[in-house]
Amino acid sequence: MKKFKIDHKFETKNIYEYYAKWIREGKLKVNSDWNKELQVKFTVQDPCQIVRKAFGDPIAEDLRFVVKAIVGEENFIDMQPNRSNNYCCGGGGGFLQAGYKEQRLQYGKLKDDQIKATGADYCIAGCHNCHAQIHELSEHYGGDYPVVHLWTLICLSLGILGPNEREYLGDDLKAVNVFHPETEM
Amino acid sequence: MAEEAIKLGGKKKSLFIDKVKGIIPDGGNLNLCLTCGACSSGCPATGLEGMDPRKFLRMCALGMDEEVIASKWIWMCTMCQRCIYVCPMKIDIPQLVFNARAQVPREERPKGILGSCDMALRNESGSAMGTSPEDFIFVVEDVLEEYQESQPEFAEMQAPIDKQGAEFFVNQNSREPVTEPDEMVPFWKILHLAGADWTYGSKGWGGENYCLFLADNEGWEHLVRQTAGQADALGCKTYLNTE
Repeated sequence: MKKFKIDHKFETKNIYEYYAKWIREGKLKVNSDWNKELQVKFTVQDPCQIVRKAFGDPIAEDLRFVVKAIVGEENFIDMQPNRSNNYCCGGGGGFLQAGYKEQRLQYGKLKDDQIKATGADYCIAGCHNCHAQIHELSEHYGGDYPVVHLWTLICLSLGILGPNEREYLGDDLKAVNVFHPETEM
Repeated sequence: MAEEAIKLGGKKKSLFIDKVKGIIPDGGNLNLCLTCGACSSGCPATGLEGMDPRKFLRMCALGMDEEVIASKWIWMCTMCQRCIYVCPMKIDIPQLVFNARAQVPREERPKGILGSCDMALRNESGSAMGTSPEDFIFVVEDVLEEYQESQPEFAEMQAPIDKQGAEFFVNQNSREPVTEPDEMVPFWKILHLAGADWTYGSKGWGGENYCLFLADNEGWEHLVRQTAGQADALGCKTYLNTE
């Protein structure tokens, strides 16, 4: 908006900040009890657009605060490098639609290696482009780690995630903490 | 040794890099490169098409405009800005990439990006999938109703569209309403439990902007104005990006 000098009255914010705020304020009563015995491990991709390019490390901290609150601190493993210094996964900048699939997968090899190096079972991707790209990397390079949206895990930890809202959960979590299981389709 | 000093050739030709220096803040520091290579060593696009960020900048500095603009690499750099982050001189290579994209005739830019931009310009949704406001409203209302019934704890949950005076103007990636509408529901539940006063906009709800990636400045600006105009028209205090 600065670039085009567009006057506007609103502020622009990102949802991670509000997820963290609502958890701190007790509005979202999340907990990680569901994962106490399961011990499923998670890592997270810092979206370039949100962290390095827009809100910086403070929002990366909010993102980690949220993830730790919902999966348990001991079940979170950070990727290296991370936060503002993270590597792009290759899903951004239009690359997903540019038609150069082979090069895009080659680009993403580094990201796939970084994810595998964490040893995590899941990769959390809060950004859609990242989600699509990392999901493809997981299949292409045979890691087969599920790639999940943040809203899925927040609702899972709140015990309000229905059976039809689990598209991106792996088989290990499809039946955990199911809300209204009778509505399964 | 030559008898006379060699004179370097006449008038300097107009280079692409000079044009870019003129339009970005502080000229993007484009003439400050120390050739250290920090950009390239930490760039996942290094090696693709025989290119890397340092080489790209050097080619621009040498006036190899045609080669640079013809390189497919400008569509493989994601403009993630890690090169700026690690650069001791904070050189804005991504802006150079963006403007190189803009030098390619619009119809010769990658079809997928072009198509997504054109889709977004097709109606007032701003959705890269071309979904109309009517279709979006229908899907949202249909899915909401289904969940209000099947999960009675959320009978009061709302997914407002064009709610005047809502605090948050919430964007929505097009993938959910079009291909996996159930994925919108967990997000609505969170907003409901947090007591957030929010709304989608019938205009400009699409969260993505492929015209930006296409380096179509006019289309990019149109989409941003459309969304900003709707958020202001509804009197929303905060534009909330959901991804």
